[in-house]
Order: sequence, then C-alpha cells, then structure tokens
Amino acid sequence: MSELTLDTPAPATLWQRFTRKSLPLIALSFLVILATVCFLSPWISPYDYKSQNLLLGPTSPSADHWFGTDLLGRDLLSRVLQGGLISITVGLIATLVALFVGVIYGIAAAELGGRFEDFSMRVIDIISTLPLTLIVVLCTVVFGQNIWLIFLAVGGVSWLTMARIICTKTRQLKSRQFVDASVALGQSRLGIIFNHYLPNLSGTIAVYATLTIPNVLMLEAFVSFLGLGVKAPMTSWGLLIKEGTDVMEQCPWLLIIPATTFALSLLSLSYLGDGLRDAFDPRSNKN
Amino acid sequence: MFLYVLKRLAEMVPVLLLVVIATFFLAHAVPGGPFDKERPLPPEVKLRLEAYYGLDQPLVIQLKNYIKNLLQGDLGPSLKYPGWTVNEIIGSRIPVSVTLGTVSIILAVLIGIPVGVLASSYPNSSLDRVPMGFALLGVCLPAFVLGPILSLVFSKTFGWLPPCGWGSPIHLVLPALTLGLITAAPLARLTRGELLEVGQLDYIRTAKAKGISPFRVRFIHVLRNGILPVVTYLGPATAALVSGTFVVESLFDVPGLGRLFVTAIINRDITLILGTTLIYAVALLVLNLMADLIKAALDPRLLRKNS
Repeated sequence: MSELTLDTPAPATLWQRFTRKSLPLIALSFLVILATVCFLSPWISPYDYKSQNLLLGPTSPSADHWFGTDLLGRDLLSRVLQGGLISITVGLIATLVALFVGVIYGIAAAELGGRFEDFSMRVIDIISTLPLTLIVVLCTVVFGQNIWLIFLAVGGVSWLTMARIICTKTRQLKSRQFVDASVALGQSRLGIIFNHYLPNLSGTIAVYATLTIPNVLMLEAFVSFLGLGVKAPMTSWGLLIKEGTDVMEQCPWLLIIPATTFALSLLSLSYLGDGLRDAFDPRSNKN
Repeated sequence: MFLYVLKRLAEMVPVLLLVVIATFFLAHAVPGGPFDKERPLPPEVKLRLEAYYGLDQPLVIQLKNYIKNLLQGDLGPSLKYPGWTVNEIIGSRIPVSVTLGTVSIILAVLIGIPVGVLASSYPNSSLDRVPMGFALLGVCLPAFVLGPILSLVFSKTFGWLPPCGWGSPIHLVLPALTLGLITAAPLARLTRGELLEVGQLDYIRTAKAKGISPFRVRFIHVLRNGILPVVTYLGPATAALVSGTFVVESLFDVPGLGRLFVTAIINRDITLILGTTLIYAVALLVLNLMADLIKAALDPRLLRKNS
C-alpha cells in the first residue's frame, strides 16, 4: 500500500502574507526609519533645536539648513526631528493606554455578559456623549501643560471605540465551538481569555492600534492649535504646523515641510493598517 | 414605528441627565473660578458675587437647583457675561453653527458618497485610484492646514471670496468647503469599502445572473445595503458639525457654538459650559436616532430586531 502524500504547500505565515504587497512594506519601512531618526535626533540632528540665530532669521532651505530656518533662525530639520520625537512618543503612549483599557473593558464586558454587558456598553455611550474637548482642556488645566499627563488622558478617552469593537468580537468568539469545548474540558475563565480570546483578537487589536495613532496625532495637533500643547521652546509636529500656518505666505516652507512629514506619517500608518488587516484576515484579501 | 421612536426619545432623558451631572462635576473640578481675574477682586465682592449666583452653596444643592431650572428650559445666567442668560447667548449662536454645519454636511455627502460609489464601480482603475488618493490625503490633513490653504488660494490669490467674517452667503463658502472636504474624505473611503464588500455577496451574484442590468444592480441592490454603515457614520459626524467646530470657526472668524464652548471652558463659565455640552448631547442623540430611522427605512429588518 503506497503512502498517501498530500502535496499542499504550507500555509503562508503572517509575515509572508504581509509582504505580499509592496505598499504596506514601504509604509512600514518609512515609519521605522522616521521613528529611528527622530529618536536618535538628540545625538544626530545637525543643530540644537532650540538655539536661536536672530541675525540669520527665516531662510529658505539651503545646503547649510536642509529644511531652512524659522523666524528665530532655528534649524527646521532639527525642530522637525525633535517634534517627531515628541509626537511619536505621545502617539505610542496614548495608543497603548487606549488599547490596555479598551481590551480589558471589552473582554470583561463580553465575558461577564448579560446585564453587565448592557450596562457597560451604556456607560460607553454616555461617555462618548461628553465632548472630548472638555475632557482634554480640563486635563490641561488640572495637570498644567504637562504633555505626558495630558496624553495619558487622551489615551484614556480614546479607548471607547476599542472597547466596543473588542466586546463585539469577543461575544462572537464566545459562541464558537472551540471555546465551548475548552469550557467542557475544565479550562478556567482566565485560561480561556489568555489561550483563546487574546490570540484570536490580536489581529483586531493590531489593526485598531495603527488606526488609533493617527487619531491621537490629530488630537495633539488640535491641542497645539488651542495653544494648550507642549510649551515653547519644546515643539511637536502639531505645534510646528500651527506656527507654519501663521506665516504661510512669507515662509511657505515652514508649513509645507512639517505638514508633509505629518501627512506622510499618517498616510503610512493608514497603509500599514490596511496591510495588517489583509495579513490577519486572508478572506478580506479580495480586491 | 411610532412606539419605537417614543421609546427611543424616552431613553434619552436619563442619558441627558447623566451627561448634565457628569459635566457639572467636571466643570466644577476645574481649579479656579469664573471670578478669578488677572487683578483679583476684593474678597467681599467675590463672596457677594458667589452668593448672588448661588456658588457658595454645596455642590449637590447647586446641581439640584440647576436641574430644577433646566426642566423649565432655563439654562441659568452666564457667569462671565453679566446681564446675559445662557439661553440668549446660545440662542444667538445656534443659527450660525446650524447653517454652517448643514451646508457642510450636505457638501460632504454630495462629494463623498458619489466619489465612493464611482471608485467602487471601477476598482483599481484610475477612476478609483486618483479620487481615493485625494481622499486619503484629506484624511491626513488637519482642518487648520486645509483651511488656510483654501483661503490662500481663493481669497488671497484670486480674490473671489472674503477671507473671513459672517453675515452673507458668500462668507459661508470657505468654512463650509473646508469642513465639507474634511468630512467627505473619510465618507468616500467608507462608502467605497462597504460597497465593495456588499458587491461580493451571493445575492448580488444572483441578481447579476438573472440578467438585471449592471446599473440597476449597482444602484438598487448594492447601494441600498452598502450605504447602511455610511448612515451610521453620518449621525455623529452631523452632530459634531451642527454643534460647532472650534478650529474652522476661529480660522474664518465665524461666531458659532464651537468657539463659544472653548472660551467658556477657558473662562470657567460653568453654566455656559453646561449649556453648550447639553446642546451637543441633544444633537448627537437626536441625529443618531434619525440615522437609525433612515437605516430602518432602508432595511426594515433592523426595526423588527429592536422592538
């Protein structure tokens, strides 16, 4: 009797599925390079981001100052890197807070189910009826203009959507047969959460994380527009863009360069999110 | 149907009450009061002012009085603009924000949905890639970048439109265009994605197999189901627009609710904060209900599940 051989190729790994398209890979590379350069900026940036050169004043991009200088003669390249350091850190921290709170809340609501779930979701409805501006401005006023505390708070408000999505997904998982089997085999609640729910939710969590960072960056820009963000001479992308719009006619490069960097980062995050969604869910890979 | 609307309206009352209570305590948690100025008031004057507005009483009593007045439609006196009631101030701003918001959302729907439908009809062609590229750009640009750019082009360079101000329909164009484009971008992306997804379903294949014209399939069969999530998105988006947007209002010097709200917070004008928050909450709840009713009209099964 001859051996039966199945010649099906091994299923593609997550990484293989992710690298199948070039755009998400380009986006990922761009983000990694940008973040690395920004984080190394205290050591590698050509000038000090806050040292002024009032005799020089605003100059357009040149060999000495690749991105030009601002009204106070500060090197724009160094400021964009420093701003990126702040904006990226803020985006990551706030997103982590949002994920942490959202995932725990969502899983708890769905796992306990019934009345508790209805109640939890109603709480979210009510919180999302409160204007975000009030909460953010309130935090800036209470904590002072301390960027870290503010963005801990921003993360603390951005978890609402995450909690809703996770709750819906967990409820779907809860009715799947492998979860029933696991319960029948005597698996504890925590065991089910860690062995079944979290691995199955990882795709949703990863995709939503890449979509939350742009929202947080936008919020940071909004807070800077209000004048409640980081304090000068410290800077962030939002603040640089805001300063750029004030002088866009005389010194357009002060708006164009920070705004382009900001838009490209958001664009890359969006492509990265699409790529991750396709990689995690092969069925969505239709078009 | 009528009962369903009644039930939903009744559900709004406790939600609004909780919003008032939460905002009340949030607004009172802000350090500093409405009477703290750069030059401090004499203590006895401040005390008398606080007594006049009832701010010297315990918070719970203040809250009770506020809710009692609120039930009679009275939002109280403004703490920062003496002689004005919150009703008068908000009343003068509502028409501005509602006009701007309505025009913007109509503009967003008229641009966003057709672009999304067109892109989903010819996926991966240039009719898809070019407009969707612009939509992605629109999602990535903050309003305070798009606004000044539009103003630079249409007002400074060509001189077609006034750069800022309010009063005549021509003043409406730039702020409405900014808000409309910013909202149209995610709308187009959402429409395209949903229509592509519905286009894959079995009943669409059946419809095509029956020989129904592609045009009819696209606009009657696909659009009707695919548009549901778009309607869901439009509820809160419209509420945010009609209740005022701070950035665009300040860029174009529009006297709307958004600026009023932020100034109220910065001034610690507690009654005005409560009033504007309440307006936003009512707008949100009512527009969500309207979105649900439109969805129920498109897909009657949704209503049966709920009631």
